[in-house]
Amino acid sequence: MRFELVKRPQHSKLFSALSPFIALVLTVICGALIFAALGKSPVDGLYYYFVEPLLEVWSLHELAIKAAPLILIAVGLSVCFLSNNWNIGAEGQFVAGAIAGSILPVMFPDFQNAFVLPLMLLMGIAGGAAYGAIPALLKTRFGTNEILTSLMLVYVAQNFLDWLTRGPWRDPAGNNFPLTRRFHADAVLPELFPSSGSAHWGIVFALVAAVAAWFMISRTIKGFEVRVLGESPRAGRFAGFSAKRMVFFAFLLSGGLAGLAGISEVAGAIGYLQPVISPGYGFTAIIVAFLGRLNPLGIVAAGLVLGLTYLGGEAAQISMGLSDKVARVFQGMLLFFVLGCDTLIHYRIRLVRDALTAKRS
Amino acid sequence: MLIAESILLTIATAATPLLLAAIGELVVERSGVLNLGVEGMMVMGAVCGFGAAAMTGSPWIGMMAAILAGVLFSLLFGFLTLTIATNQVATGLSLTLLGLGLSSMIGEAFVGSPGVKLPTLANGIAEIPLVGQPVAGLFNWLAGIPLIGRVLFEQDPIFYISIALVIGVTCFLFHTRAGLVLRSVGDNHASAHALGTNVIGIRYLAVMFGGACAGLAGGHLSLVYTPQWVENMSAGRGWIALALVVFASWRPLRLLAGAYLFGAVSIGQLHAQALGLGIPSQLLSSLPYLATVLVLVLISRNRRLTMMNTPASLGQPFVPDR
Repeated sequence: MRFELVKRPQHSKLFSALSPFIALVLTVICGALIFAALGKSPVDGLYYYFVEPLLEVWSLHELAIKAAPLILIAVGLSVCFLSNNWNIGAEGQFVAGAIAGSILPVMFPDFQNAFVLPLMLLMGIAGGAAYGAIPALLKTRFGTNEILTSLMLVYVAQNFLDWLTRGPWRDPAGNNFPLTRRFHADAVLPELFPSSGSAHWGIVFALVAAVAAWFMISRTIKGFEVRVLGESPRAGRFAGFSAKRMVFFAFLLSGGLAGLAGISEVAGAIGYLQPVISPGYGFTAIIVAFLGRLNPLGIVAAGLVLGLTYLGGEAAQISMGLSDKVARVFQGMLLFFVLGCDTLIHYRIRLVRDALTAKRS
Repeated sequence: MLIAESILLTIATAATPLLLAAIGELVVERSGVLNLGVEGMMVMGAVCGFGAAAMTGSPWIGMMAAILAGVLFSLLFGFLTLTIATNQVATGLSLTLLGLGLSSMIGEAFVGSPGVKLPTLANGIAEIPLVGQPVAGLFNWLAGIPLIGRVLFEQDPIFYISIALVIGVTCFLFHTRAGLVLRSVGDNHASAHALGTNVIGIRYLAVMFGGACAGLAGGHLSLVYTPQWVENMSAGRGWIALALVVFASWRPLRLLAGAYLFGAVSIGQLHAQALGLGIPSQLLSSLPYLATVLVLVLISRNRRLTMMNTPASLGQPFVPDR
């Protein structure tokens, strides 16, 4: 007995919709097995991971804070992946955006007025986009593989941030801690509902970006161009679309959104720069993009799910003494199952008896 | 003289994991599969190797565990990309993400615990009864040759394995029938299938070989290079190995040059940090990554070179039609 793949004449609408849910269920089952293997109660584990963080208002605010960068980055990545541009350096563009956006409050702390915050956000977008433009330029100019260059630049950006916060940008009044000065009041991204929790405007940016990207991809000629060039570059060329321009479009858009996520995180959730500002949002966003089936609206839901794993990881660590590393295992497994289930969209799986054994019998 | 010797020795030690992971990936890519999960398999090899060695006290068992972990992890990738034809780029990425997460979960118990170091080949041989002592003596005597003696004769066994693998893979790919078949699968899987070649089977074997090499490279990191477990200790080496394959334009012997060049860069930056030349250490730490980008640009500028050597079916899923 073995199974073989049979191509469907048309891709299955049913499994397009179902595959993320099947993947989630499989991940939860495997998660329960991991909890059991670690000697913890699976019921408790799943409760702390996926239910407890949703029960309190402040915790929902935390979820919004975690989901915002994931959604922002993943929305940009969906345009990249749809157009067959493999930007996996969003983590670096996130850092670059955070650094560029922090120039004003760190280097010009006396410049305090209502223009500071909008300028910071714009500079963050520009910084992320500029950093994303490097692999795009190398790809279009020299044909260099964008996967490797964008990833290598992540390490460079992280090292640069480390140098800034320990060197020239370190707060002189900060007792030698590797932190920049705390952003002044005009440079802080305001909280949405200060009375109930600390969620800031980042989640609003994320939702706006998701709706705008959804509209762009599904309702405009530009979105059509993205999909055509991604699925068939040759057809795209006949239609007069420029593949090179698309590389820049995808990388500048995703870099800019990652940069916005970076400066929002720093100006909203943290309040100063430190050597490490991201728990791997740029990489987790890849999972978010695929779990959301590269559809910006799906990505909003997927971002909330992955944000929940971060919170659940913390909750389970506090309540059960479970390592918060388990969250990263969950995230990795989820992507595996999503990719596996996506096969069902294009293929049917048929169990067949081996040709040889069939003949013999 | 002494300093030059020890620098050469450390360069070889730094280059070995890169070379191992890259030679495995080269075979995988020659069969038409792009496995971006090298980093994940490597870090899994590192943690499983360290764990097995710490629990049994034997670095040799550790190395075996590292290889096994790499192979098992590569089978996961193989099942998805080969059996159910998922996107290779995305699946490879997810292998890396899962590997980094899983290794840090498994490794949490080992953080800070003392490591076991694999002995040098000479010291390993010395433990074999009867013939061991004289052979080890010969090695130690040869290690006295100025400048190159220690690099050639005072190394860990994995170093010799890595060199042997490069030579072996060269012979296999270009001088055996099986190697020709593997390359044909990578260059045109439809034709190979039509000729009756088992495309999926060959690709499975190649992917497993890549996993074994990446696992061994990880074991080298945690049992030879720095005998301890640190989270994410592969630090992008799996990705650099992927870049080396492009740099070598899919030719095993050129990998040797590439890996040692990168070993030299990463050791050179460490020495520069120790000297305290006033250059920020973070800039120096970035050098291997910047060098990777630079090298990729220089290689890919030459379109003819890359076009001629890139396996034509690289990264394309294959579903046999029956």
